[in-house]
Amino acid sequence: MSDTSLTIRRFADLANPTRFLALSARLLPWICWLTAALFGLGLFYALTSAGDYQQGETVRIMYVHVPSAWLAMMTYMVMTLSALGTLVWRHPLADVSARAAMPIGAAFTALALVTGSLWGKPMWGAWWVWDARLTSFFILFLMYLGLIALNRALEDPTRAARLSAILILLGFINIPIIKFSVDWWNTLHQPASVLRMGGSAIDGEFLRPLLLMAGAFTCLFLALHLGAMRNEILRRRVAALRRQAARGALTAGGPA
Amino acid sequence: MRRLLLRDLALAFRAGGGGLTGLLFFLAVVAIVPFGIGPDVKLLARIGPAILWIGALLAALLGLDRLFQAEREDGTLDLLMMQETPLSLIVLVKCMAHWVSSGLILALSVPVFGLLLNLGPLAIGATMLTLFVGTPALTLIGAGAAAVTVALPRGGLLVSVLVLPLAIPVLIFGVSATQAAIEAPAAFLTPFLILIALNLLFAVLGPLAAATALRSLED
Repeated sequence: MSDTSLTIRRFADLANPTRFLALSARLLPWICWLTAALFGLGLFYALTSAGDYQQGETVRIMYVHVPSAWLAMMTYMVMTLSALGTLVWRHPLADVSARAAMPIGAAFTALALVTGSLWGKPMWGAWWVWDARLTSFFILFLMYLGLIALNRALEDPTRAARLSAILILLGFINIPIIKFSVDWWNTLHQPASVLRMGGSAIDGEFLRPLLLMAGAFTCLFLALHLGAMRNEILRRRVAALRRQAARGALTAGGPA
Repeated sequence: MRRLLLRDLALAFRAGGGGLTGLLFFLAVVAIVPFGIGPDVKLLARIGPAILWIGALLAALLGLDRLFQAEREDGTLDLLMMQETPLSLIVLVKCMAHWVSSGLILALSVPVFGLLLNLGPLAIGATMLTLFVGTPALTLIGAGAAAVTVALPRGGLLVSVLVLPLAIPVLIFGVSATQAAIEAPAAFLTPFLILIALNLLFAVLGPLAAATALRSLED
């Protein structure tokens, strides 16, 4: 394959796994460096910024809790788009993307739940409350686990991709519920305060490290997702080569 | 269509069918709870509707993994898929049959089980009504999961794992509507209408998802 055929002009060109591998190999180091830089900067600000006058030092939990919760939902959005790609356009990389995103999303969800629990103990006086936001987020976690279990149970990757795509789309109902749960049921968890009409309700002192950490988490997701997708593609290639080798050995040894 | 409905119903209620097993399971759940939390009559009356709802959810899950599996094993499913009627309609009819043999029977049996849990007439009526309205959604959600796992050797456990997250909203609104009907100040209509809305939503999504999943198994 000549070098020019590896250039990517349209999104559809990404359908070729070889092109995707070439592009992602070039992008991945940059994203990794960007992730490290943003994490360094974000953690520096997160640790040196002033504590809240009411919450004290525990406010720093926010810099991990909020980005991981955002990323948990973004991962599900990525999976939903990939599921559409699988079912509608039969994009060959879409199912790789959905499958690679599942464990990452589950990890972010677990991180958000754990840090939220650690934050809830000093602030609300309980590790866990059955508040609308917490419950719907817990459901998200269960759905990630269910999807992973389904993928582990099915051996054929294309069939697993179609079936999990259907489930991903069914489970998408939960995402708007999580987003608006704080507005619909006015319970313990505070409503949205960063992105809202009439400007952010958070002081710049807290907003700066929060946004930096959000950027760092996003880059981390991109790096992990690209890496996982590369691994998945290579794993499928290895499996295909093994099958080929086994078949070759069979035909070579059979008639002789 | 009607033939299919009657056939599924006959299969469910004749010997070896799942319809009455579900009812027995429901009875077992209801009977176990007082042993678990102690025979405090007041407490039982307060959490009784919730127990009935949880029992109904578990009993509905019980037969779900067989929804398409028996048909797949003896080849009926392939015949059903070759019909001219859309597959999602067929799935809807099968869901109706499953609901009649699980949800409807459970809802009708609430007066008997309610007495075991010391429920008043109002609470029994409210639980019956909400179960009557809410259990179709459970079946319809389950149809999607059952279709996804139909090809798996041990799909039954996976069905429960996949259904439960989606069934939680139904459970929440079903129980809150029942509680609202019993305790005067809370509004009954709001959670009840949301329950109906969930029902209609899953009546569209469930059969569509199940039909897509069944089709994707074939190619």
